[in-house]
Amino acid sequence: MGEYQLEINGDSHDVSAPDHWTLLEVLRYRLGLTGSKQGCDKGDCGACTVLVDGQPVLACLTLARASEGRAITTIEGLMPAHLRAGGTGADPLQQAFDRCGALQCGFCQSGMILSARALLERCPRPSREDMRDALSGNLCRCTGYTQIFEAIESAVAEKLHLQPNLRSWEAQRAAQEPSR
Amino acid sequence: MLRLPKFELCTPTTLAHAVALLAESPDALIVAGGTDLVPNMKHELFTPSRVVSLAQVSELRGIRRGADGSLAIGAMTSLAEVAASALVRAQAPALAQACSLVAGPQLRTMGTLGGNVLLDTRCQWYNQTYFWRQALGFCMKKDGEVCHVVKGGKNCVAAASNDSAPALMTLGATLEFASLRGRRAIAIDDFWVADGICNKRVERDEVLVSVHVPKAPEGHRGAYGKLRDRGSIDFPLLGVAVRLDLDAQGAVEHADVVVTALAAQPKRIAKLDAVLHGQRPGSSDFEVAVAEAAALAHRQCKPLPNIPGDAEYRRDMVPVYVKRTLLAAARGEGPVHHV
Repeated sequence: MGEYQLEINGDSHDVSAPDHWTLLEVLRYRLGLTGSKQGCDKGDCGACTVLVDGQPVLACLTLARASEGRAITTIEGLMPAHLRAGGTGADPLQQAFDRCGALQCGFCQSGMILSARALLERCPRPSREDMRDALSGNLCRCTGYTQIFEAIESAVAEKLHLQPNLRSWEAQRAAQEPSR
Repeated sequence: MLRLPKFELCTPTTLAHAVALLAESPDALIVAGGTDLVPNMKHELFTPSRVVSLAQVSELRGIRRGADGSLAIGAMTSLAEVAASALVRAQAPALAQACSLVAGPQLRTMGTLGGNVLLDTRCQWYNQTYFWRQALGFCMKKDGEVCHVVKGGKNCVAAASNDSAPALMTLGATLEFASLRGRRAIAIDDFWVADGICNKRVERDEVLVSVHVPKAPEGHRGAYGKLRDRGSIDFPLLGVAVRLDLDAQGAVEHADVVVTALAAQPKRIAKLDAVLHGQRPGSSDFEVAVAEAAALAHRQCKPLPNIPGDAEYRRDMVPVYVKRTLLAAARGEGPVHHV
């Protein structure tokens, strides 16, 4: 059993857990932070993605105690950070995912949003190619990738005051309009 | 849900302490990024009593350029850092490209160059849960005596699956290890053995400190090609590293191709230099020589059904990827990747 401290979402947490526990197990089963999902549990699916010092990593393959002294951000930390920075409501990416229907079952969503958050921090106006690359370690088995990319574009458009691209269903409807 | 077996975790902050902790315990294992060892421990392929994490050993990180122009890359430098490094991209393009294609973004942030060099070999009968392996009957690489790939086979044929290894071989890299016995350096060409159970000449208590890449000549070109099912996450079904050194007139002075993921160790394509020597990229003769080099590689590579992906398909892809990667290297481009 190890006693140590983890810095999660800006707060310091005292943790008491066996050495062989992963960061995901500590988050979910010690600290009650169940927003990080346990999917494949062996590094394939990306559902457990969290940010460590701003970089997306897989909590299911991270030994919890080896993360001591690093700044960990989970999905639960995005809205408080946004509010602390003077914003209102949830993180703009969370709002965009909601607005664009960028989820079906929602299991991949927290990992997707955190990978996307890390992307926007290093690249404020990403191309579709940048998004595909940044999210290529996150699997959505409902295959809702198009809406996920549209949600990121929507969040970027809102932040930079750009005219958002038509979403795929809007473009389809526009193409059908003349025949109506 | 996959639980890790119990172990004691040590988090030393210096290399000397890490080496001492390893020597103390007869079955201790090193964890760097954890992207290979942690899933393997979850599958009960390794059940050490002590795990020594190098995460806090800062002296093992970073990329430095020596006075002679060579590169020293700390073993704990992340694959993402190696892939993005301007120094590595300029001096060792094949290595930067290979690292950029390892797994997916999260795993490249976590995974380290040292961990990738020391990656365990992979086999579809080995990288499975204990329950799965027990149901089938264990294999000689872990817990059993038979080989499920080659019926009646006496040698393990699990595949070397590290993308960095063939690239480092084309670059003539040297690996530096530390243990209580002191330091030793070994050329990466001499590091491999044709045994899938452990395909490396390394002792359990040795820590890989750094990877040294000698300065390449002025006309150096390099590229890496990778075949896999998905455009991310997956291990290679085939990896091809290429080196072309051009002389002052732009003709090939030295050519080298190393393929991986086919057998227990990376494989250098023999007699390839003679085929490409003196050819000038862009000329029709060069294209003919590249086709000849691809055919040569096809004749020399005979993959086994050791990893997912049809073995015949993987063999047929050898000339395709050798050709594409040679042409990409000649143009100063790459990596070669189908998705």
